[in-house]
Amino acid sequence: MRELPWPAKVYIVVLVTAAAALIGRDLVVGGGVAGGLDWPDWRTLIVLALLFLVCESAPTLLNIEQTAVSVSFSAALAAVVLVGPLGAALVGAVAVLSVRPGLPPVKRLFNGAQFAICGYAAGVVYRLAGGPDGLPVERFADLLVPYAAAAAVFVPLNILLIGVMLRLASVVRRDQVQLRDTARFLVSYLGYASFGLLIVGLWASVQSLAAVLVLVPVFIARWAFGQYRAQERSYEATMAALCQAVETKDYYTRGHCTRVSKAATMIAEEIGMGPRRLRAIRYAGMLHDVGKLGVPTKVLQKEGPLTEEEYAAIQLHPMRGLEIVKGIDFLDEAFAGIMHHHERHDGRGYPMGLAGDEIPEFARIIAVADAFDSMTSDRSYRRAKPVEVALEELRKNAGTQFDPVMVDAFVAAVRRRGWDPPVRPPAPPTGQPQTVMKDHDDPTTPIQVAAER
Amino acid sequence: MTTRQRRSRLPRSGDRARAPWCPILLTVAATLMIVSVGHVAATEVVDPDVALAFGALIAFGELARMMMPGNREVAPISTAAALGYAMLLDVEGRPAAHGALQVVAVMALGMIAGALPHLAVNRPPQAAAMARRLLTGALVAFAYRPLADVLWASTDHGRPGGQWWLVLAAMVVFAAVALVADMLVAAVLRAERMRTAPRVAVRDELRITGPLAAAVGTSGALLALASHGMGLVALLVFAAPLLVTQVAFRKYAGIRATYLQTVRALARVPEVGGYVDHGHSRRVSRLAVAVGRELGMCEAELLELEYAALMHDIGQLSLADPIPGGATVFAEPAQARRIAELGAEVIRKTGVLDRVAEIVRLQCDPPGPEVPPASRIIKVANAYDDLVGASADRNRSAAALERLRAGSGEEYDPVVVEAMAAVVARRRRR
Repeated sequence: MRELPWPAKVYIVVLVTAAAALIGRDLVVGGGVAGGLDWPDWRTLIVLALLFLVCESAPTLLNIEQTAVSVSFSAALAAVVLVGPLGAALVGAVAVLSVRPGLPPVKRLFNGAQFAICGYAAGVVYRLAGGPDGLPVERFADLLVPYAAAAAVFVPLNILLIGVMLRLASVVRRDQVQLRDTARFLVSYLGYASFGLLIVGLWASVQSLAAVLVLVPVFIARWAFGQYRAQERSYEATMAALCQAVETKDYYTRGHCTRVSKAATMIAEEIGMGPRRLRAIRYAGMLHDVGKLGVPTKVLQKEGPLTEEEYAAIQLHPMRGLEIVKGIDFLDEAFAGIMHHHERHDGRGYPMGLAGDEIPEFARIIAVADAFDSMTSDRSYRRAKPVEVALEELRKNAGTQFDPVMVDAFVAAVRRRGWDPPVRPPAPPTGQPQTVMKDHDDPTTPIQVAAER
Repeated sequence: MTTRQRRSRLPRSGDRARAPWCPILLTVAATLMIVSVGHVAATEVVDPDVALAFGALIAFGELARMMMPGNREVAPISTAAALGYAMLLDVEGRPAAHGALQVVAVMALGMIAGALPHLAVNRPPQAAAMARRLLTGALVAFAYRPLADVLWASTDHGRPGGQWWLVLAAMVVFAAVALVADMLVAAVLRAERMRTAPRVAVRDELRITGPLAAAVGTSGALLALASHGMGLVALLVFAAPLLVTQVAFRKYAGIRATYLQTVRALARVPEVGGYVDHGHSRRVSRLAVAVGRELGMCEAELLELEYAALMHDIGQLSLADPIPGGATVFAEPAQARRIAELGAEVIRKTGVLDRVAEIVRLQCDPPGPEVPPASRIIKVANAYDDLVGASADRNRSAAALERLRAGSGEEYDPVVVEAMAAVVARRRRR
C-alpha cells in the first residue's frame, strides 16, 4: 500500500481514539444518555453485528467503487433503535473484522472507528429526538421521526468522515466528486435507511430471523446486478470484436473504433454528461463507422482524386451505418451521433450539411474524437502525428470544422489524463492488397474530388 | 421408428391460432375476478384502509411491470404485495379478518388500476401474464385465509414473546407452492405457444424467473410479517428494497435485449457490404432457432444458436476478396471452411462467446460426434436458405428439402433435416 501522508495518519489516530473513548466510557460507566446493556440486548447486538459483518464483507455493486457503501449501514441504523448508541457503536466497530481480502489494516481501523462514531452519534440523536427505547413500541409511527433524525445524522457524518479521509489521502480531487454522484449516493443511502427500519419492524415478530429474511431479497438483487454487469461486459466485448472485424478490411485503421469510443467518452465526461448518456456515446463512438463496409473497396483503395460518384459513396457511409444499427434500442442521441459525425461546424460536411448547433451534440463530440485518432495513427501515405501536433490541428480547425467547445474539452481531458496513441503497426505484410490510400477521417489530407468534365 | 415417422406424428396444434390452455386460464381468471368483485360489492369491505393500502401497492407494482428475457411480463412488486395481503395476519396487533374473495377483489381492482395508464398509451398488458398473477395470489389467498385464525392464535395473538415460527413456515410454504405453480402454468402456456418440449419449458422457466420469484415470495412474507410490527408503514418502507430488486432485474433484461439487437444489427454488416444475400443471416437464424426448439433445446442453447446463426458469415469480413454469396452450398468446401474459421476467430476475440465461436467454426463440417447440434442445425438452415432465399415458392422449398434429404446422413444430420421439414411444413400451412 502507498504510504499515507501524515495528516491522514493523524486523522485516523484521532478517530480511533475518539471511538475507543466513547465505547469505553459507556461500557465502564454505563448510564447517561447512552444507557447500559443487559443480556437480551447483547443477544440482539450479536445478531446485528453478524448481519453488519456479512453486509460489510460483501459491498454492493450499486455504488461508486471508491467509497463502497454497503447494506451494513442498515444494520447499524437498526442497532440504533434496538440496542441504543453504545450498541450501534459496537456494531459499527465490527467493521474492523470484515472479510475483505486485501483490505489493509489501516483501512480496517479507519472503517471501524468511523462507523462506531457515526453509530454512536446517530444513537444519541435518536434518544434526544424522543425515540422509544427498544421494542416493542406502542405505535410504530412514533419511531419514524427520531429514526429519520438518526439517519439524517448518520449519513452526512459518514460522508464527511470518509470525505475528509479521501481528501487527506489525496485519492480524489475535488472536481472528481460530482453533484450527480452525490445525489445518487443520497438516494441509495435513503434506500438503505428504509431497510434498517424494516429490520426493526420485523424484529417485533420474527426477531433475529429478521436479519436472515431481509438478506434474501438483497442478495437476489445483488445477484441480478452481478448478472447485469456480466452481461454488460460481455456485450461490450462482443460489440468491440465485431466492430474490429469491420475494420480488418483496412490494415491501418485497426482499433480505430475502440479509440474513438474512448476519446468521445473523455470529451463527454469533461463536459459533464450523466452515466446514461456516457454509455450511449461510448456505444455510438464504437459503431460510428460500421457503415464503411458499404463503401466499395475499390473506392477506398483508389489512388488520386475521386469522381463525384465515388465521393458520394463515401458520403453515404454514415447513413449506411445508421441503417445497420437502427434496430438497436439505444438513446436516439446515439443514432444522431452516428449519422452526423461527418458534419462540419461551418456547414460544409455531410450527409446533411448541418452547421453549428444544428449538429447533434454526440456528432460534434465524435467528429473531434474521430479526426484526432485518424491523425495520431499511421496511414499508408503518412506517419502518425504526435499528440501535441494533432491537438494543435484540432484547435486550428475549431470553429470551421469542429465545435470549439468540444475541442477545448478534449484538449483539457488529454492534458489531464494523457492519451495513448496506437502502437505503430509493423509494416503490412507484403502482397497484402488491403492498404487504403486515403482516410476519410483525416482532416489534414482532405479527399480530392475531381471536377466533372 | 424412423425420425420421419416420429416427426409426422407431431400434433398439428401449431395450426391453432391460440393454445387451448390460454383461453381456459383467461376464463378462470375472469370468472374469479367477477365473482370476487361481486362478492365484495354485495357484502361489506373488511378493513377498508388496509385493503386500500395494499390495493395501491398492487396498482403501483402493475404500473411498474417489466419484461424478463424471452418476452416474459412480470410485475414483482404487484405480486409481492398480493402475496403479502393474502398472508396478512394483523396490522399492528389488529387481526386481519378479510376473506380470500376480498383478497382477489383487491388484487383485481389494483391490477386494473395499474394497467390503465399503460392502456392509455397503447401498451396493453399480456392478458395471460396478468391472469397468472391474479391466480397466483388467489391460490395463496384461498389456501391461507381459512388458516389465518389458527395461525394468529399460534402467535399468542401477537403478544410480545409469542412464537412466529409456525406462521413463517406456513408463509414460506404457501408462497413457494403458489409461485412454483405459476411457473408451471407459464411453462405450459409457453410450450403450447412456442412448441417447446414441456420439460424443457419448465426448466427454462425455473432458470429465468426462479430467482425473481424467490425474491418476490420472500418479500411477500416479509410484508405480511412487517405489518405486525410496523403497521401500514411497512408498505411504504418496503417499496425501497422491492424497487432495488426490480431495477436490478430490469437492467439485466434490458442489456440482454440490447445485446441480441446489436448482434442482429451487426450480423447485417456483411449484407450491407454486398457479400451476402440480403436478409440471409436473419432468415437463417429464425429457421435455426425454430429447428432448435423443435429438437428440444433450452433457451440458453437457443440463444447461443441464434448468435451463431446470425454471425455465421461474419468471417467474410476478414477475407481480402470476399466470396460472392458467402459460405453457400455452392461454394468450394475449402472456401466455406475458411469463412467459418475466420468467423470463429472474430467471435473468439470477444473472450466471452467461446461456445458460439465453436459452433460457427464447425458449421461446415459433416455431422460427426465432435460437431455440436447447433452447428449441424446451422449447416442445414444455411443450405436451405441458400437454395430457397426469401422466396415463398412451394416447389422451390420442396426441391430444396429433397436435395437436403438426398445429402442426409453424409452431409447433413438426418434428425435435423426432418425437424426442419416439420418446421417448414408448419410455416407453409400458416
